Amino acid sequence: MAKVQALDYDVDKYLEEQGYDDHFHEHEHGDKYKVSFISKYIFSTDHKTIAKQYLITGMAWAFIGAFFSLIFRLQLGFPDMDLSWLRPILGGWININSEGVGSLSPDFYYAMVTIHGTVLVFFVLTAGLSGTFSNFLIPLQIGARDMASPFLNMLSYWFFFLASVIMLLSLFLESGPFAGGWVAYPPLSALPQAMMGSGMGMNLWLFSLVFFVVSVLLGGLNYITTVINLRTKGMSFWRLPLTVWSFFVTAIIGLLSFPVLVAGFVLLLLDRLLGTSFYLSDIFIAGEPLHHVGGSPILYQHLFWFLGHPEVYIIILPAMGIVSEVMSTHARRPIFGYKAMVYSIIAIGFLSFLVWAHHMFVSGMDPFLANFFILFTLIIAVPSAVKVFNWITTLYKGNIHLTVPMLFAIGFVSFFISGGLTGLFLGNAPIDIQMHDTYFVVAHFHIVMGVAAFFGMFAGIYHWFPKMFGRYMNQTLGKIHFWLTIVAAYMVFWPMHYLGVAGVPRRYYTFDSFVNFSQFDTLNQIITIFAFVGFTAQLLFAFNFFYSIFYGKKVSERNPYRANTLEWSAPTNPGHGNWPGKLPVVHRWPYDFHKNGSDYRPQYVPLDPDERDVH
Amino acid sequence: MTALVATIAYVLLLGIIILISFINDVHIDMRRDDPDFRVKQYRRSAVGLLVFAALFFALTFGSAYWYKDFMLGYGPHKAASEHGPEIDSLFNITLFFTGLVFVLATAALFWFAFKYRHVRGRVASQFAHSTKLEMIWTVVPALVMTILVVKGIVSWNKITADVSEDEEYLEIDITGQQFLWNIRYPGKDGKLGAKDFRLIEPGINELGQDWTDERNHDDFFAEELILPKGRKIKLRIYAKDVLHSVFLPHFRVKMDAVPGMPTYAVFTPTMTTEEYRRRLAKTKTYQRPADPDDPESDPLWKVFDFELACAELCGIGHSSMRRVVKVVEPEEFDKWFSQQKSYYMENIRFTEHDPYKDKLLPQEISQRKSDFETRFNRALSAEEEAKRSIELRHVEFKTGSAELSPLSRYELDFVVEALKAHPNIRLEIAGHTDNVGNEEMNQKLSLARAKAVYDYLVSKGIAPDRLKTVGYGATQPKASNASESGRSANRRIELKIIK
Ligand code: HEM
Ligand SMILES: [Cu+2]
Ligand SMILES: [Cu+2]
Repeated sequence: MAKVQALDYDVDKYLEEQGYDDHFHEHEHGDKYKVSFISKYIFSTDHKTIAKQYLITGMAWAFIGAFFSLIFRLQLGFPDMDLSWLRPILGGWININSEGVGSLSPDFYYAMVTIHGTVLVFFVLTAGLSGTFSNFLIPLQIGARDMASPFLNMLSYWFFFLASVIMLLSLFLESGPFAGGWVAYPPLSALPQAMMGSGMGMNLWLFSLVFFVVSVLLGGLNYITTVINLRTKGMSFWRLPLTVWSFFVTAIIGLLSFPVLVAGFVLLLLDRLLGTSFYLSDIFIAGEPLHHVGGSPILYQHLFWFLGHPEVYIIILPAMGIVSEVMSTHARRPIFGYKAMVYSIIAIGFLSFLVWAHHMFVSGMDPFLANFFILFTLIIAVPSAVKVFNWITTLYKGNIHLTVPMLFAIGFVSFFISGGLTGLFLGNAPIDIQMHDTYFVVAHFHIVMGVAAFFGMFAGIYHWFPKMFGRYMNQTLGKIHFWLTIVAAYMVFWPMHYLGVAGVPRRYYTFDSFVNFSQFDTLNQIITIFAFVGFTAQLLFAFNFFYSIFYGKKVSERNPYRANTLEWSAPTNPGHGNWPGKLPVVHRWPYDFHKNGSDYRPQYVPLDPDERDVH
Repeated sequence: MTALVATIAYVLLLGIIILISFINDVHIDMRRDDPDFRVKQYRRSAVGLLVFAALFFALTFGSAYWYKDFMLGYGPHKAASEHGPEIDSLFNITLFFTGLVFVLATAALFWFAFKYRHVRGRVASQFAHSTKLEMIWTVVPALVMTILVVKGIVSWNKITADVSEDEEYLEIDITGQQFLWNIRYPGKDGKLGAKDFRLIEPGINELGQDWTDERNHDDFFAEELILPKGRKIKLRIYAKDVLHSVFLPHFRVKMDAVPGMPTYAVFTPTMTTEEYRRRLAKTKTYQRPADPDDPESDPLWKVFDFELACAELCGIGHSSMRRVVKVVEPEEFDKWFSQQKSYYMENIRFTEHDPYKDKLLPQEISQRKSDFETRFNRALSAEEEAKRSIELRHVEFKTGSAELSPLSRYELDFVVEALKAHPNIRLEIAGHTDNVGNEEMNQKLSLARAKAVYDYLVSKGIAPDRLKTVGYGATQPKASNASESGRSANRRIELKIIK
């Protein structure tokens, strides 16, 4: 067995001798990266600050969304519990009966479910995940000083902020926020008389999401341009870390699909505000017939899912990139099948546009269409499977450092396996007849998207925290966070498969009316209890995160994990511009671990005379 | 108070966890230069992962077994429709392949994480690419997908096929609204009548049925979805306000109800409710009392019913859109079906909502005609003179007037026909009233009404000398004038046959 040298590369020497001089200093005191308090911490154009803004805003939303889920889980697990103690927080959302017993009103039950879904999908797992890490890592990992347009980048965050403010405001409306489900299907979402949340709440919901899309588009445009144009010398596409590849493809998917969602939303707004009939026809509601004829609610579903399915990959691809990077680094071993990983990211990105109607098998669309969507949906499982096998093989014969980020990366793969496989049931239309809109779907997407994406995000936060804040998070708390979360998440979502196979529909306020659906009290109680356990774990995480920003152990080495990617060649607390002097020049792919007897070889290290950069 | 104590205990618990973590991290930091310590740390996590994987598998299989009696398609639950087993078998094939991958991939993941954890001196493999391996795990899943796709597509097209022209099937209209299902059967003609949302009137015409469409005239509503075993059913699915979805879990049927766009679902029930209950009764799970708090309550299998649920979020009452579904033997179904009363005839006919309120429908004409002819012939052949009289049951006048109601002409036309068929008989037309108003007025009114009948018959070509009119006023009541129904019976025209 060859002995491995624990090398420490003298980064500064490499940069000085090999680096690429873009005459950064000469601009430094000019306009470009001027710094005052406001422009440093608030209206910052530094991609690293913007990343942190995304992260912290996303975390705030995650807690709001998670808090709502606890309340509606209480309703499902313990419907008879007295909730009057929640009045100080939730006010009129809690009904108090004549005996003083408080319960959650159905209007607000649905409001919470809806806001939970909306903010987790869009604000947390899109903005909080892709927004954070694309911003933080793209320039640092490709050796760029910032995004192509730092100003648009800042604008992107502030549009997200505006979207957040509007959504937050809607929570305080007398009639409550929108309550018709995160997919907002009309006519329920189009007609104020259909439910309380479909009035002003829905207007704010739509405005908020339109601003959100603007934010995504501005961000995505920037990520794409930056990756294409600002790669440092030697950083060819085949030398990009998988993180950057995944952010790049994610941004392209977003750019192509989000505008379709906006189109769908605009038509919905027109139906709501101007009385057009894009989605409405033959409706009799609240005692009178409406004038609308000729519209089709199915049209909305097509427009929504044309984004909606790519959106799930917009969420998961960045997590996949992060996990690939974290796994390779902590297993001290090249990622297995780098090119296959890249090709599957591209394949998934491409195929994700051809499967949307698998959400609509029983929507009333022509059953003939389903043939194609079954085909493409099951095809997309192939690149997904390839990725899973590659991760597993990356662990094979590795030298695995079971650090907190590595644990979360392993957890990610487990959840992606468990949840991805149930997609094969749902993608096959005959089975979906039975499973659609049951708890089986809830189990599927929470495991594959919700939990897996969170695990990817946690892996990323624990891994890059030292780079972001120059300090470490508490490891023991991190491990407790991991164990509580993995156990709680499986205990919450696994049993939902059984509910689904038993036929229990999702989005039910209560199961009492049905003989067949009301047999699962114990199961529902277990789920609710573990939801609280999981939430507790996140409180520990939040404490660890914020405490460590200010008081965590200081990072003393520039490259604590001995990683190969370029961000670790920048100073521990990089200023705006990332590298104070020359930019690193790239000579190799990012996964040269344990190569030719050296523990790791960063990308800026030139090849040995007899060495070739093949992978 | 308890809430306060619980909160304090919770915060305390968090505090303790945090405190311990900090102490532990200081400990870790002190030994950061000891490589054996790190190895030990990783070992602990690795063992944790292994234990987790073991528990995960145990719980997965244990809980699946534990709940199997509730899972549709497993335990006592067999699909109750003809296409159901096809879906279940596709489910099982998918479960087989995915189960295999799940176990192997999860086991490999956790095992490798354990086995290849960092220990001193371990050198990681350089193995980063293998065309052969990567081909294998691209091609094998692709082959499995091919099997699933082909089977899936074949089943799908079979299951979603519409009924064909020459097939026998029962059509039922299911219309969702906030928050209930309307269930409409086609009546004896086997056809559902047309409808239009603009005709909807709550409480009167819930579905907006177009009453000028005769197919509507025998349609009826039911509170439960009653289905005959073994016959093909076509559900015609509509929504009045927002999206709903017809979900019949035991039959593996689901289809959205879309305003403005009718959809359908075709299936054939294969098990009656009773048969299904008997299957359930064999398992312990369903022998438990239905109400867990009351050991005396009926066992679960006995209170079991097939159910129709809504599976598309439709507002705050979404979870209350339930209908019982009852599958019965076809004979029982036919009997039930023939006993149902048409909604139109019972609730709409001759009301202001009836477009035909001034007209008789062909079947009503023939019914009345045969009723009239029977009575007429009986009277004609009666021995006693007192029995040679018949009442015109459908000749009516406006209150206080001698103007014939429009519908009176049908029965008068029968009279014309009868007189023409029997040229040698003559009639005495007798008017009667109730006792409301003064006697003289009643007398005059009854005569005037008899005269109106006389005029009508003459206008139809009956010779005046064959007819004679009398007004009896209120002098010959045939029922008590104390009630409205009695008074109504007393206001009448009678014909006496004179040979
Ligand atoms: C093997 C790959 C996958 C397949 C074949 C698949 C298939 C499906 C299908 C057919 C549905 C619709 C089920 C229904 O509503 O009846 C669905 C729902 C969903 N899937 Fe997947 N899926 C896969 C992977 C993923 C991934 C990777 C994600 C996200 C990261 C994801 C997220 C979702 C979400 C969010 C929904 C539910 C949307 C809703 O109704 O609210 N799926 N999936
Ligand atoms: Cu999808
Ligand atoms: Cu409904």
